[in-house]
Amino acid sequence: MIELDGNAIGGELYDVFGMDMTGVMGVCTYCGAHAPVAEAVVYMRGPGTVARCRACHELHMVLVTIRDVTCVDISGLAALEMQ
Amino acid sequence: MPPISHGFHGRRTDAGERDRVPPGQYVTHDFPVLSAGPTPHTPLESWTFQIRGEIDQPKSWTWEELTALPSDRVTVDIHCVTKWTKLDTVWRGVSLDTLLDGVDTSAEYVLAFSDGGYTTNLPLADIRDGKAWVAYEFGEEPLEPEHGGPARLLVPHLYFWKSAKWVRGIELRANDEPGFWEMYGYNNYGDPWKEQRYAGD
Repeated sequence: MIELDGNAIGGELYDVFGMDMTGVMGVCTYCGAHAPVAEAVVYMRGPGTVARCRACHELHMVLVTIRDVTCVDISGLAALEMQ
Repeated sequence: MPPISHGFHGRRTDAGERDRVPPGQYVTHDFPVLSAGPTPHTPLESWTFQIRGEIDQPKSWTWEELTALPSDRVTVDIHCVTKWTKLDTVWRGVSLDTLLDGVDTSAEYVLAFSDGGYTTNLPLADIRDGKAWVAYEFGEEPLEPEHGGPARLLVPHLYFWKSAKWVRGIELRANDEPGFWEMYGYNNYGDPWKEQRYAGD
């Protein structure tokens, strides 16, 4: 399978954010869709990991680990609504 | 007592092959599918390949026009930054020399662009002189969408993220603009023999 969902990066996001992010609501910068991080479409078999909006397919998050440092670009999320 | 069997060795990389495997790579016999997004399915009727940017008159080929151009059958080794190397892959495609023939430009860089929004940057010199193709066949068959079909860039002397899948054209540029993975810290050039995986390698 090439396409996974946001649960596949639950562990990696936990390491970065220090909490379980899969249930956190994300708001898409591009189309405004609200959806839990777990519902993103995730591509892990590349140089880095990409999470996309299930509604509009735009980029939500890009995670790249280089020399043991993980960088997360979340500019495709207008908000992460943590309860 | 029977002679001691030397047993099974499995499939080893022989000495000749070893010289063809860049540092940190291993040989794979399958063809892994790597992607940063959904597989686009652009109908061939609306597909074009463009050369734009630092050029007086942008050039464009339809699918029919591109595949009618003289093509090369090339057998090359490909090296992915995720550490697999695949030897003796067979492609058919149109050389970038053919597409750039007669193009007068001051550009020194190109940014290849693809359906789905993917981009990757290369020095113009690295896609000239028989080093790069717009490939549309793999192993004598039409290139499958999951491997970048209908057509992908093929630049085998650099890590394979430079060989943009679903390529739709190149932009000739005076300055070097980082592409998708380059922007996130992957090496700007990506020479597998120098193991240029990340920025600073």
